[in-house]
Amino acid sequence: MSDQRKTELQMYWRDNIRAVSILLFIWFVVAYGCSIFCIELLNHIQIGNVGLGFWFAQQGSIFVFVILVLVYALWMDRLDRKYDVGE
Amino acid sequence: MFLDHLFIIAETDPARPWTWAFVGITFALYLFIGWISRVRDSKGFYVAGQGVPAFANGAATAADWMSAASFLGMAGLISFSGSDGAVYLMGWTGGYVLLALLLAPYLRKFGHYTVPDFIGERYYSETARIVAAICAIFVSLTYVAGQMKGVGVVFSRFLEVELWMGVMIGMAIVSFFAVLGGMKGITWTQVVQYFVLILAFIIPTVAISRMLTGDPIPQTAFAFGDISQRLNEVLAGLGEEIYTEPFTRFSKLNVFMITAALMFGTAGLPHVIVRFYTVRTVRAARYSAVWAIIFIAILYTAAPALGMFARFNLINSLHESRITELTVKHDGDVKSFSFPGESEAAWQWVQEAGDDANLTYSVTSKAGVPLEWATRWQNTGLLTFDDWNRDGTISLKLQETEADGKPVRKSEMAKIDKDIIVLSTPEVANLPPWVIALVAAGGLAAALSTAAGLLLVISSSLAHDLYIRFVKPDASEAEKVLMGRIAILFGIVVAGYFGINPPGFVGEVVAFAFGLAAASFFPAIFLGIFSRRVNRAGAVSGMIAGLLFTMSYIVMCTADKVLPMFFDAPVLTQEDWWLGISPQGIGTLGMVLNFVVTLTISSVTPAPPEEVQELVENVRIP
Repeated sequence: MSDQRKTELQMYWRDNIRAVSILLFIWFVVAYGCSIFCIELLNHIQIGNVGLGFWFAQQGSIFVFVILVLVYALWMDRLDRKYDVGE
Repeated sequence: MFLDHLFIIAETDPARPWTWAFVGITFALYLFIGWISRVRDSKGFYVAGQGVPAFANGAATAADWMSAASFLGMAGLISFSGSDGAVYLMGWTGGYVLLALLLAPYLRKFGHYTVPDFIGERYYSETARIVAAICAIFVSLTYVAGQMKGVGVVFSRFLEVELWMGVMIGMAIVSFFAVLGGMKGITWTQVVQYFVLILAFIIPTVAISRMLTGDPIPQTAFAFGDISQRLNEVLAGLGEEIYTEPFTRFSKLNVFMITAALMFGTAGLPHVIVRFYTVRTVRAARYSAVWAIIFIAILYTAAPALGMFARFNLINSLHESRITELTVKHDGDVKSFSFPGESEAAWQWVQEAGDDANLTYSVTSKAGVPLEWATRWQNTGLLTFDDWNRDGTISLKLQETEADGKPVRKSEMAKIDKDIIVLSTPEVANLPPWVIALVAAGGLAAALSTAAGLLLVISSSLAHDLYIRFVKPDASEAEKVLMGRIAILFGIVVAGYFGINPPGFVGEVVAFAFGLAAASFFPAIFLGIFSRRVNRAGAVSGMIAGLLFTMSYIVMCTADKVLPMFFDAPVLTQEDWWLGISPQGIGTLGMVLNFVVTLTISSVTPAPPEEVQELVENVRIP
């Protein structure tokens, strides 16, 4: 493997870490922030007939999780193409 | 002759012929798929030849993931935990995000058959491999016993066969497609089982949603229907806790600790991780994760709605129902009293018969509808009433009374097993008998698909990680497959035995398996990928520290159940919980301890050998 390719792969890994960190930050804010630590605060806001905090805890967080996993797959596709890795 | 028999059954329970039909058809389908996907080589047996398309692997992963507990138990648990039920909803789906982003693609790139394989190679240690294999077997066995018991419950309630007989039938079906088809047979049956279980869950939920809120989509009815407010009002009237109010069941700290333990624990469950070994490429592993979470979310976003609907419906039909007949079984003697005429004689007889008499109440709702399902569930012992104020009605209102000279608040529903909520909901809502039968078939699909995935882990750990590696490394392909089959059969027999005779620790361990997995597996796999520097000494001591800490706390809190021969009370009672942390959430602390120990020890001991560092570099690039 040439030195240039090695540097490229290191950059691929760095970009990968960045993608995962951003997505997991959102994961943490939604699951722990909105649904547990700030649930009482958010419950003052209504979504339909339930409090927003309750909604996040029981349903909203799951919708966000689905989107996170999808965005991850698409994001990584782009990185794979950019650095020309993968089978 | 046979038809006559069916008609007699149909008279007692209209759902039963439908149940036999649905269970028969789905089981025949599973057997057929098992037969056409039988395998000959070990790659086919352990990882389905690594040729499963992403969509199919997504469905199989979802079926694997959603156990009898997700299908039968979760909505019921939420139903009685209110807002705090979120720990299960978020714990099990949020862990999936961790698995998809942090573990699955890299483990697929690594490409071997099992989790102990990864641990053994990455930490260049046969001891670590053996420890990981034993942990995998232990976690999977206790978990699979729970699935088998779920199979037994469905059979005993809906087909009125004995529990052991139900477990035996379930074992026979699983052994056919798992032994014959290995991972390939399991994968394709799981795909079909996913669609059976999701239909079985969604159809009744949609029907009830439309009935209670006018909106057929449970996901939107949950927030935009008025059911939450109506339920809150009803509960307030009964003196129960408000449904949408947070932290009524667990403290804020414990909601956090339990959610985290469930998340990091699920991400480390070996039977789900191995599903990602079965696809062709790393990219396919990512997309099968996308499919799987979509498939899982369909059930998990409907479950909180069903929990609410079920609680509301149950209260509405049972509260203030009138007793029409009381059957008292005592010492093989059965007496029936019709109400209100013979009520005085009845209570007198109940008094004479004493505490060990078995009471079955036939009740009619306040609207005048006879509640036959209530009688049928009482016959299984999972629902019991006690009209302790002797007024001829069953009230669900919490009332002040005395027990053993101490004041208590209780209703006249003496016991309701949370596992019956999903199974009974269609009957409570008066849905047609075929829907009830579909739910039974769905519960079986959920239990069998998870059981099959777990059995494969047991088989691969025993045959691939232990026997072939250490006893017979020169085994031929045919021998490897044969060993896998024998091991899977062994797993089925052990699981069936525990399903019929569950030892006290099984129920406890299943509840805590996630915490144990979080404290042991997750940090070892995660750091194995994301750190080149973490070495054998660090990982092994971290795993041991996390596991010992978590296990000893759990044992101390449940000593009377786990070690009944030594203790008759827990060493730590709820008041003495350390920082008030419940044993269900302690795995989170165990995990933090594991991380700290692993990183500290690794930093003061030499870096791993060059080839291991190269392995880490290699799994990072797809």
